[in-house]
Formats: sequence, C-alpha cells, structure tokens
Amino acid sequence: MITENIFFGVIAAAMVISALGVVTTKNIVHAALFLVIVLAGGAAQFILLGQEFVAWVQVLVYIGAVIVLFLFGIMLTRAPMHPEETLDNDLKWPGAAAALFLAGILGGLLVHTFHGVKLHIRAPIRTIDVTNAIFRVYIIPFEIVGVLLLGALVGAVVLARRD
Amino acid sequence: MLLNQFLLLSAFLFCTGIYGVLTRKHTVLVLMSIELMLAAVNVNLVAFGAFHNSVIGQVFALFVLTIAAAEVGVGLAIVLLIYRNTHSADLDDVHALKG
Repeated sequence: MITENIFFGVIAAAMVISALGVVTTKNIVHAALFLVIVLAGGAAQFILLGQEFVAWVQVLVYIGAVIVLFLFGIMLTRAPMHPEETLDNDLKWPGAAAALFLAGILGGLLVHTFHGVKLHIRAPIRTIDVTNAIFRVYIIPFEIVGVLLLGALVGAVVLARRD
Repeated sequence: MLLNQFLLLSAFLFCTGIYGVLTRKHTVLVLMSIELMLAAVNVNLVAFGAFHNSVIGQVFALFVLTIAAAEVGVGLAIVLLIYRNTHSADLDDVHALKG
C-alpha cells in the first residue's frame, strides 16, 4: 500500500513539473520532450492501476508516433529556436485565471464527491479481456474509428500535398 | 490508494493544458497542449476503469488514443498549410477572417 503511494507520488510530481514545463518553456523542442515525460508518467500510472495494455499502447502510439509527428511539425515550420523570441501571446494572466478557476471548480467537486473513496486493485486486467471487449461488445465503434483513421490519413495527405 | 489522487492529478493536467491552449502562440505548442488535455482524460478514464475493476475504462482510453492520433495528423497538416500561406506558424498571424 505504502510503496504504491510512494510510486504514485514520485511519478505524479514528475508529471506535474513536466506539464508545467510544456506550457511555460521557451524552447519548443524542450516542450515536446517534456510532453514525453508527461505521457510516460501517464503510462506508468496505468501500470500502477493494473491496466497494462493501454499503458503499452500509450507508449507506442503517443511517445512513438505522436511525438515524432510533433518533432516533424516543429522542423517543417522552422520554429524559433532562440530563447529570446517569445512563444506566448499577451493573454498570460487571463489564461492563468481561467485555468485556476476551472482547477478550483474541478478540485472542489472531486474532493467533495469522491472524498475517501478507496481503490482496490485485485489483479491486473488481462489483455485477452480487453480484446474480447473490443472485438465483441464494441466492434461497431471499433470499425467506425478505423474508418475515421482512414479519413484522417486521406485528409492529412490532401491538405499537406503540394500541387 | 485513493481514487481521488488520480482524479486530482488528471484535473491538474487538464487545467495546465487549458492554460497552454490559451497562452501559447505557436500552433504546434497549442496542439501539444491539446494532447496534454487528452492524456489527462485518459488518466481519468483508466482510473475509473480500475475503480470498477472492469475493462471499459481501457477500451474508452484506447478510443481516445486513436482519436488523438488522427487529430494530430490532420492538425499538423493544417499547421503546414498555415505556414505555407503566411510564412509563419504563429496563431497571431492568422487573422484573415478578423473583422
């Protein structure tokens, strides 16, 4: 019980610091690398929750593919690499106020609703159960999401093509 | 472990993402902040799935992951188009529809 909480605390602290780094750093490549830490921390939390399959999918899809896409996007748009060029607009304080307002509401509601509710993780969820759920119960959403991916692929090619 | 620690972590990540979307100027950074929010939602879904000891949280998180991948692909194509047309990836330079 204690070890779980220690692991949670360490990973959560890394995630929080890196998330703040993503939205405040002056270097755009550093932002992508901070995002890697946040996503890897998320995968570690999933393993802590006994849900391995989605953790590894998160590592493969997010850290493997999405971050690489981001780095390609950074390079193809010749993003400013000099720290003196600002990457923020002048909405810093209104943005912070909006985020803090939402954080207050969400935090208050969560503490009020789920105060003291305990998680009992008996055994890790097996991958066979996940795949059974996807291919038996949720087969139609699965097919639809496949068509959506195809549409996104064709759309990205059409948009980015030079003619 | 308490359920709330995961939910509060997820809420914090979500609010950080909102701050990034509102205050960042570079388009790729705005997309990164959106990814931060989607990752926060995933933590929430998986935490509730573990709470109910079922696979549904994982299945929903997998769908969210798929949508996020599709969104990044199309979003970066749009960023490239913006860059090609305005020679800048700053959202402040995209004001063709401004009154």
